[in-house]
Amino acid sequence: MDFKDTPEEAQFRSEVQAWLKANAKPRTADTRQRPQEEVYEDAKVWYKKIADAGYASLTWPKEYGGAGLSPMHSVIWGQEVAKYDEPDGYFVIGIGNCGPAIQHFSDEETKTRLLPRMASAEDVWCQLFSEPSAGSDVAGLRTKAELKGEEWIVNGQKIWTSGAQHSDYGVVLTRTDPNVSKYKGLTMFWIDFHQPGVEVRPIKQMDGGSHFNEVFFNDAVIPDSQRLGEVGGGWGAALLVLMNERMAISGVQPTGFPQLLELVKTIEIDGQPLSEDPIVRTRLAEYYTKDAGIRNATNRMLTAVAQGGIPGAEAALGKLVGANMNQEIGSFAMELMGEAGAVIDETLMPMHSHFQKATMFAPGIRLAGGTDEIMRNILAEQILGMPQEPRADKGMPYSEIPSGNQSA
Amino acid sequence: MNFDFSEDQKFIQSQARSFLAKECSADLVRDTLENGKGYNPELWEKVKEMGWQATAISEEHSGLGLGFLELCLIAMELGRTAAPTPHIASVYLCTEAIKLGASSAQQAEWLPKLAAGEWTGCLAMQESVGQLRFDQQQSRVANGLLTGTKLPVLQANAADIAIVAAQDEQGEGLFLVELNSDGVQCDALDSVDPGQGLFTLSFSDAPATRLAACDNLADLTAQLYDRAAVLIAFEQVGGCDASIEMAKEYTAQRYAFGRQIASFQAIKHKVADMFVAKELATANAYYGAWALSTDAEELPLAAANARVSATEAYWLCSKENIQAHGGMGFTYELNCHLYYRRHLALAQLLGSNKVWKENLASRILAA
Repeated sequence: MDFKDTPEEAQFRSEVQAWLKANAKPRTADTRQRPQEEVYEDAKVWYKKIADAGYASLTWPKEYGGAGLSPMHSVIWGQEVAKYDEPDGYFVIGIGNCGPAIQHFSDEETKTRLLPRMASAEDVWCQLFSEPSAGSDVAGLRTKAELKGEEWIVNGQKIWTSGAQHSDYGVVLTRTDPNVSKYKGLTMFWIDFHQPGVEVRPIKQMDGGSHFNEVFFNDAVIPDSQRLGEVGGGWGAALLVLMNERMAISGVQPTGFPQLLELVKTIEIDGQPLSEDPIVRTRLAEYYTKDAGIRNATNRMLTAVAQGGIPGAEAALGKLVGANMNQEIGSFAMELMGEAGAVIDETLMPMHSHFQKATMFAPGIRLAGGTDEIMRNILAEQILGMPQEPRADKGMPYSEIPSGNQSA
Repeated sequence: MNFDFSEDQKFIQSQARSFLAKECSADLVRDTLENGKGYNPELWEKVKEMGWQATAISEEHSGLGLGFLELCLIAMELGRTAAPTPHIASVYLCTEAIKLGASSAQQAEWLPKLAAGEWTGCLAMQESVGQLRFDQQQSRVANGLLTGTKLPVLQANAADIAIVAAQDEQGEGLFLVELNSDGVQCDALDSVDPGQGLFTLSFSDAPATRLAACDNLADLTAQLYDRAAVLIAFEQVGGCDASIEMAKEYTAQRYAFGRQIASFQAIKHKVADMFVAKELATANAYYGAWALSTDAEELPLAAANARVSATEAYWLCSKENIQAHGGMGFTYELNCHLYYRRHLALAQLLGSNKVWKENLASRILAA
């Protein structure tokens, strides 16, 4: 048991350190959130820069824009880049989910054409699974794809699509056969967003921001060559993508703890340093064990991966715990600020109102990428082997499944 | 990075697991609840034959010369079976106190006896209800004779020697007392977990030898408790595992409303939460094991973290296991209470989470 790099890893780490020192922006005391559009532009520049230097999508093969390195190298990169103020990880959903789907299902020509531009974020990708009436039960989705000759005609609506407003391409899950069970009638494609019949509308969230979108397909055309996997094999393909999503999210899930620690270490409220308050100290200890627990559990998972294992559904654990403590920490930090805890004002409030904003965004994190409840089902069923809930739609053709008052 | 135990270490764990599956049945644990001894002497003899007490004693002192990593994995298995043996008192506390506080000559004399199983030890620190405060203690040593009362003392009934906190002419220190001496009395206390029995030790001019390398009792106690905290965290995690297994098995077999109750999300989500707490505690215990085995400067932080996390996880797992069993879980007949009892006993050792959360906070803020 040790935390030492192998000689080869140490060599890689020092190369990365040297490159970052010369090329990345140092962190500053100014932690204010910048406008979404600005961060996006910065992220495009950063991804092109790391791609040119050979540090993009490290675990992908070189011919697809990666570096052909191991997950351990990605971890080392992540640890080092976290010391700088760069939007590394900004396109993780697109790259982390769509990349593996393309790598797994597309032909060689397509992979060499699309993947390097995905890795460098010259092309931005999004994933289109959820629908207004298919969230946790995503296999109940309705977006219809019908084969006409060599082309599929797509109609329907997707929702909660991260990054769709910037996207050049998407990976979309559709229903191609409503007369078989819901899992068997799905097919996955990739689609060009710069074509007629694809319309993106941002969703205004409860906190006022717009990270997610609705996407409408009106007779959008997809060539059959853009099919990912078999016709009717979409569910298996989607599970592969979702597993990658949880891996991707578990690595970047904010827990809120570093910010709480900074607040406790630096802020004096009511003439007393927060760090001397017994209740604050107790809560700090409790949150620390969870934050450290996720980090240590991630290290266990990475050790297993480095030894050739496959990451399991354990990634669901980091997502579940991180999203919840992030919300709890936000609310606790607000409590510490008295009646002004409800104020959102960057100049007045500690840490530029970080906690007020984080608390307003926090409900979304507990829902996105699989709700708390779905995470618990995954842990109970896939890891602990507990039985599934009986399902009212089991074995029924999709077209006969009751859907309440939602029109089909 | 390799954040895992080695194959050799895991082999030792699997041996420990098979041994305890055979020798430490739930029936044996239940018998101990009523045998009035605070432990099971036959099982302890068998454990000593396995040599587990010598795991982290050096070969120089006739130990196995393995280390804390091996001992952590054995601890996990002892926790999984809620073993009613004095290993915590003797191996994690008494032996480690001697390693930390005794002179080389004393270690050379005493450790081989502990390694061979000739001696079983215990540690006598507290004198009353409340947190450990050496400045308010009454035990005194004068002319090599100890007088005072210690309570609660874990597994004193099983012990041949006690390491006792007291004051002599030099000040506060630790003293070794052979418990078969004149002037020593041991009385049982009723407690939540008779498998880890608690006792009162009364000394009246009992011969006592000062541990010669213990200059600062508070510092030594902090170091000792950090070590024990990591080892006990593994016991707690083992108990969590056992509780989760019981909950899974029972809810898979029991039917209500025409289906396995394990298929209800109310049950699945409960067990998922138990699993989450256990996984976080396990990962934190691993980090503690790493810090302990390398004597890293992170040990105080890692130990407090492992301790807080494991105590919270075992509380959740042991109480929700009863809940998952419904009314049957509350009966004496089922074994759920063995883990609930063990949780409650372990949670109060070394100072409860009230103390450890404060330790953790001060170590986080100092880091």
